[in-house]
Amino acid sequence: MVKVLVPSGALGLNYDQEALQRGIAAGPDIIAIDGGSTDSGPSYLGRGVSKYARSSTKIEWAGLMKARAEAGVPLVIGTAGTCGADSAVDWMLDITREIAAEQGNPLRIAVLRSGQDPEAVASEWEANQITPLGNAPDIDAGTIRSCSNIVALAGAEQIAAALETGADIVIAGRTTDTAILAALPLMKGCHAGGAWHGAKIGECGALCATNPQSGVIMIDFDDAGFTVTPLADGAHASPHTVSAHMLYENSDPFILFEPGGHLDVTDAEYTSIDARSVRVTGSEWVPSDDYTVKLEGARAVGYRSVAIALLRDQHYVQNAPAWAEDIVAKCSAKVMDRMELSADAFTLELRLIGHSASFGKLEKRKADPVEIGVVAIITAPTEAQAGEIGKMLNPYLLHHPLTQEEEQPTFAFLFSPPEMAHGVVYEFAMNHVLHLADPMSAFRLEVIDIG
Amino acid sequence: MAELRSLVTKVRSKNAGPFWLTIDIFCGSAESFARVRNGLSVAQIAAVFDADSQTVKRFDIENLHVVKFSLPRPAVQGAVNDRDMHGASWAALIGELDI
Repeated sequence: MVKVLVPSGALGLNYDQEALQRGIAAGPDIIAIDGGSTDSGPSYLGRGVSKYARSSTKIEWAGLMKARAEAGVPLVIGTAGTCGADSAVDWMLDITREIAAEQGNPLRIAVLRSGQDPEAVASEWEANQITPLGNAPDIDAGTIRSCSNIVALAGAEQIAAALETGADIVIAGRTTDTAILAALPLMKGCHAGGAWHGAKIGECGALCATNPQSGVIMIDFDDAGFTVTPLADGAHASPHTVSAHMLYENSDPFILFEPGGHLDVTDAEYTSIDARSVRVTGSEWVPSDDYTVKLEGARAVGYRSVAIALLRDQHYVQNAPAWAEDIVAKCSAKVMDRMELSADAFTLELRLIGHSASFGKLEKRKADPVEIGVVAIITAPTEAQAGEIGKMLNPYLLHHPLTQEEEQPTFAFLFSPPEMAHGVVYEFAMNHVLHLADPMSAFRLEVIDIG
Repeated sequence: MAELRSLVTKVRSKNAGPFWLTIDIFCGSAESFARVRNGLSVAQIAAVFDADSQTVKRFDIENLHVVKFSLPRPAVQGAVNDRDMHGASWAALIGELDI
């Protein structure tokens, strides 16, 4: 039996202190928390930074380090610093050292780094060791070399190696969401299907229960399955809330691919064992002969500038699409003429908030809005060019008339200047797996003793 | 004919990684599940996204009264032409389908 305490779906989202204390009192074998995912977009991986405030992260992590010392068990974070790039791991390590100095306890920290050298990944590509997953972008070795960060998603094997160092704290770079929860149960010989399934159910904390924002849950793993129990007041899990979590952010609700195999929950059975806990059995782990880890990469594709204007005059509100289309055509022609940029070297788009900003041409509803927010989005090869196009757009956004016959209109700008430099535009460049003969060969483990 | 959202408990859409979108329709009852399962086609979902029906995966999950669809994201998450980083807005468009 292995008890895994999960404080919340991600470090930075806060957790219920009382529920955490209840979890510590119940004697967990490990505390595990996720530090991120791709869900916030490519900029974090591109830059190798966290989306959460350092001060929030530090306070929440200090609380977990204190709870860990009390329980005398390992504390593990996966996908540290939102993206799990090496620089984000270093950021998390720096915070951990600061807290360790303040708390004054001797500590062993295992650091698992998932960052990949783009040059080495390009060589693996050329050696046919990388294969695409569904809807992967069309790439070549050059695409891989142009990534600012590439990470490999560690599985249970790499987390187990980190735990085997006897670490009090494991700071892991990019891992699968489930690996940090499944590793210890697997090491202790718990049911493999149950270990992975329980890990998937628990990876978002109390999202598998009622009162999802309460965060804290305990998962008890054993030799046939697992039992999940939310620990906050008023939170309870039911067969419905638990089984429904397999749907969440999963393209297939029954199959989950992991390094070294896949989980199949087709025959899983979910049973209420009391008012708050659910027991799950019948999940199956199907091992694979081919050990693969998923790769994520992000690369810079230009610079963005953004400008906002407001249309309130009814005539312009009603004719906003034609107005926007005319501006884009005229301004784009001017950019090509005056800046000598080709049509495919830049983008200029006006999205109409209140009209079609959510879905563009796919919008079906038509309504008569009070006003329309115009968001101009510009991308160009350099920051200076993106800014220059913003300036070229400025007089159109301020004064462009629908026809030559009407008086010159003036629209509302929110601030001066109306255009904002939004920095580097990153894109996700890989949805591929890397084949590994040795699971550790793409990862680096470092042990640091403090005090 | 009725709007899907008036027949079900919840329509949710989310990223399933940066390259896929997944839509969960929680019907809430056996009756509603039967109506959605029989009345909502893969072709209708594909049409919402102007996507190829062949790329849409469908799961009818009777014990949860859920109908689920997964398809390649209309734009890769965070790409220059993407309009919604987390993919959650699409639920509104699905909920407005007539079935």
